[in-house]
Amino acid sequence: MNAPLRRVAISVLVLFTLLIVNVNYIQVVRAEKLRNDRGNTRVLAEEYDRERGSIVVAGKEIALSVPTDDRLTYLRQYPDGELYAGVTGYYSVVYGNAGLERAENDLLAGSDPRLVFRRLADLFTGRDPAGGNVELTLDPAVQQAAMSGLEGVTGAVVALDPSTGAILGMASTPSYDPNQLSSHDPQAIRAYWDQLSAADRDPRLNRAISDNFPPGSLFKVIVSAAALEDGYTPETVIPAPQELPLPNSSRVIPNFNGSACSSSGEQSLIDALTISCNTAFAQLGMDLGEDRVREMAEAFGMDGETFDIPLQVEGSSIGEVEDEAALAQTSIGQRDVRMTPLQAALVAATVANDGVQMRPYLVDQVQAPDLTVIDSTQPEEWRDAVSADVANQLTEMMKSVVDNGSGRAARIPGVEVAGKTGTAQVSADVPDHTWFMGFAPADDPKIAVAVFVANGGGTGGERSAPIARQVMEAYLDGQGEG
Amino acid sequence: MAGPSTDPRAPAAGTAVPKRRGTEAALLGFAVLITVVAQSIVDLTITGSLRPEMAAFSAWITALWVVAHLAVRKWAPYADPLLLPAVALLVGLGLTVIHRLDLASEQVDSTVTREDAPVQLVWATLGVALFVGVLVIVRDHRTLSRYAYTLALIGMALLALPALLPSSLSEVNGAKIWIRVAGFSIQPGEFAKICLVVFFAAYLVDKRDVLALASRKVAGLELPRGRDLGPVLLAWVLSILVLVFERDLGSSLLLFGIFVVMLYVATERSSWLLIGVGLFAVGALVAYQLFGHVQQRVDTWLDPFAYRDGAGYQLVQSLFGLGTGGLFGAGLGGGRPDQVPVAKSDFIAAAVGEELGLFGLVAVIVLYLVLVERGLRTSLIVRDAFGKLLAAGLAFAVAWQVFVVLGGVTGLLPLTGLTTPFLAYGGSSLVANFVLVALLVRISDAARRPATPHAAPPPRLGEAPTEVVQQ
Repeated sequence: MNAPLRRVAISVLVLFTLLIVNVNYIQVVRAEKLRNDRGNTRVLAEEYDRERGSIVVAGKEIALSVPTDDRLTYLRQYPDGELYAGVTGYYSVVYGNAGLERAENDLLAGSDPRLVFRRLADLFTGRDPAGGNVELTLDPAVQQAAMSGLEGVTGAVVALDPSTGAILGMASTPSYDPNQLSSHDPQAIRAYWDQLSAADRDPRLNRAISDNFPPGSLFKVIVSAAALEDGYTPETVIPAPQELPLPNSSRVIPNFNGSACSSSGEQSLIDALTISCNTAFAQLGMDLGEDRVREMAEAFGMDGETFDIPLQVEGSSIGEVEDEAALAQTSIGQRDVRMTPLQAALVAATVANDGVQMRPYLVDQVQAPDLTVIDSTQPEEWRDAVSADVANQLTEMMKSVVDNGSGRAARIPGVEVAGKTGTAQVSADVPDHTWFMGFAPADDPKIAVAVFVANGGGTGGERSAPIARQVMEAYLDGQGEG
Repeated sequence: MAGPSTDPRAPAAGTAVPKRRGTEAALLGFAVLITVVAQSIVDLTITGSLRPEMAAFSAWITALWVVAHLAVRKWAPYADPLLLPAVALLVGLGLTVIHRLDLASEQVDSTVTREDAPVQLVWATLGVALFVGVLVIVRDHRTLSRYAYTLALIGMALLALPALLPSSLSEVNGAKIWIRVAGFSIQPGEFAKICLVVFFAAYLVDKRDVLALASRKVAGLELPRGRDLGPVLLAWVLSILVLVFERDLGSSLLLFGIFVVMLYVATERSSWLLIGVGLFAVGALVAYQLFGHVQQRVDTWLDPFAYRDGAGYQLVQSLFGLGTGGLFGAGLGGGRPDQVPVAKSDFIAAAVGEELGLFGLVAVIVLYLVLVERGLRTSLIVRDAFGKLLAAGLAFAVAWQVFVVLGGVTGLLPLTGLTTPFLAYGGSSLVANFVLVALLVRISDAARRPATPHAAPPPRLGEAPTEVVQQ
C-alpha cells in the first residue's frame, strides 16, 4: 500500500500548494484592489473608529467628531452648518471627503507623520489613537459678515490679512449643510447629494477658490501697476476718448454706458482709474504692450498655476492674447482674463502690503490630540509684485476710487478705504458679474477683501462694494478700529 | 505472517529507538508560549490591558497540554512527536482568534459579553480528556477493526440522525446537520466521519484483494467487475443522501473523497480514483441541476462580486479581509475580522489571514500540512494493513477537510460549510478531531515502537491483510 500512500502524500502536498498559491494571489496580487474596493468598509471603519480631530476657528470647533452608539463609532458634526461649508467640506461615508476634511485628512485622521511619535506612545500607553486638530486663520465676524452679505446671491468673498497672508474669511454661496452629507445614513446622504446635484448653481462648489471668472475693471489696477513701473505717475495724462476703435476690427471699445471719460478726451491715470475709464486703459494696455501687461499680471500671481492653501486654488491668468484688439480687451479685464476671488483679494493685499505678496494660508496651526502645537504656519513672502513706491501710488489711486469714484459704496466713516470696482460682461443674455476688491485702513492696512457676485447685474460699485464694506467693518470693529 | 512477530506492540528491542518525548515537550512548550503571547497581544491591542482571567487561562492551557503530553508518555511513548504540538498550536491559535472576535462583538455592542472562547476552552478540555481516554482504552488500534460494523452502524446513525429529526432540532442556517438538545448543538457528522473511516479501513482491508485483483481490462484500464462496484456505489449513494436530506455539501464531498482515496490506497488501483472522480462528476452535475442551493454555491464561487450584497457577501467580505491583511496582516486585534459573518466558525481562516497576514495564514496551512504528512508517514511505516489504512484515512480526512474549507474561504472552491479542524469554534468538531488525532498518535506509537529482535520485516503489501482479519 506504500506506493499509493506516497502518491496520496504528494497529492496532499499539491493540494496545499494550491491553497498557498491562491492565498498568495489574494493577499499579494489582488490585495491592493481588494483593500480599496468600494464595498470594503475596513479602512473606513478603522478611520471612523478613531476620534477624528476638530477643525477650529477662534477657539470654537466648526467640525468635530462626537461618539455615537452605532457601528461607526464617531459622527462628524458641523455646528455652524452652511457658514463654513466651503472651507470644511464634508466627511461622507458615501462620497468621501472634501474641503479641509480632505486636504488635512492625514492630520485629522491621525495618520500624519507629525503624529507618529505620539501614536507609538499610544501603543504603549493603551490610549486610543486620535486625530490632530486644525486651527484656522478665519475670523468668525468676517465669515459671518461675508455670508450675510452674500445672502440671496451667488458669489464669493475672500478676506486676507495683507501683512501675513492669513485668510480671515472665505465664503461662497449658495452653500450647503455638511452635516447632511456626513451622517451615518447612506440613504439620506444620497438623497441630499442628489438634491445638491440638481441645483441650478452647485452649492458644493467653493466659488472663492475653485472657479475663476472675468474680473472686468479690477484688472485695471494691474495695468496701472505696469504703467507706474514703466515711469508713469498717477498724474500722467493719458488718452481717454469716448470710443476706442479696436485695431484691425470694425468694433470699438465704449465706456460704461457710452459716456465720455473727460471732455478733453484725455485725463490723468488716477482719474482714469477713479472713474474706471475703459478707453483709457484699453489704450494704455496697448501702449505698454502685451509683455508688460502679462509680466505684471504674473508678478501679482496670475500665472495660471494652481496652488494650495491647503485647499487647492484654481489658477488665474490673462489667457492667450492673439492681437492688439485682444490686448485692448484684456487690459480692461475682459476677453480671456480669469481671476479667482481669492486672487482678487491677493491683488488688493499685495498693494496694501507695499507690493510684497504674502503666501495665503488657511491653517494657523495644527495640534496633537492633547492640544500641544505641533506645527504653526509662518507668514511667508511669496512674490515681490511691485516696488513700495508703486504700491503707495496704487494705494492713492484706489483711495480715490472709493473717495470720489465708482467705489463710493465701500466708504467706512472714519476709515480710509482703498479699492477698485469691477463689472464684467459675460454674454449679452445674462446679467454681468460684479466685483469689488480693496483694503482698509488705507494707511495701515489690516484687511484686504474681494467680493464677487455672479450674474447679479448692476455694477461692482452697487452690488459688491457694500458687501466689502460690511466685511471690512466687521473686522475693524473687532480689532477696535471701527 | 500472523502472530507475535508482527505485533506492533511487541516489547522494545535491545537497540534503543529514540522516543522523542523531549522534542514533543519542547514543542508543546513553544505552542503554549505562542498561545499565551498571542492572547496577551489581543487583550493589549483591543482593551489596553490584560484580562483578569489571563493567568487562569495560561495555567489551564498549560495544564491541558501537560496532561496530554504525560498521557502520551505513559500510554504511547513512541508516538510521533510532532502530532500533538501541531494540534496544540492550532487549538491555541483558534482560541486566540475566537477570543479576539468575542472582544470585537463587545466593541460593537458593549452591552453584550461574548464568552465563546471560554466555551471553546471547555470543549478543548473535553477533547483532551477524550484524547487521553482513547489512548488509555484503545491500547492496540487493531482492536478497533473488531468493532468495524458496529462503528459503521453508529456512523450511519449519527449521519442520518439530523435528517430524521424535525428541522427545529436539526437545522441551522439551512443545513440540517445538527442535533440540538438542552442548549447544546452537536454536529454528529464530525463523529460519524471517524466511525466511518475506521469502518472503511477494516472493510477495505478485508475486501481489498477482491477489489484489487478481479478486474477486466477495458481500453487499457483495469476496471473492476460490476458487482465489486457495490461498495463505492454505496458510499456514493450515502453521500448523495447526505446532500439531499441534510443539504450538507461539505460532509457529502468529504465522505466520498475519503472513501475513494482509501479504496485507492487499499487496492493500489488508480482505476478506482477514475471511477470515483466519474461518480463525483455525475453527482455534482445532477446536484447542480436539481438543487438551488448547490447552483447558488457554484454561481457565487465563479463570480462572488456579482453577488456581493447577497449570497456572495460572506465570501466577498472574506476576500476583503484577506486583501486588507496583505503580507503581514493588521496584527492581532488590529483588523476588522468581525466584518465577515460567522468568522468564528466557517470563516476563521479569513480572520487569521486578515490579522496575521499571508505569513500567518501560510503558517497555519503548513501546520496542517505537518499534521497530515506526519499522519501519512505513520501510515507508511506502520506494519499492519489496518493501521496503515486507518492512519491514511484519518490523515487524508484532515487534509481533505482543510483543503475544502480553506479552498472555500479563499474562493478556490465553492463554499461547503465544513469546519476548520482544531481552529474553528465548535465543540463537536474540536472534540471529534481530538479523537482523530488520538487515533493517529496511537497508530504512530505502534509504528515507531521497535519490533522484537527476531521480528520479520514488515509484511509484503499483498499479504498484509491476513493479520488483521481476525473476526
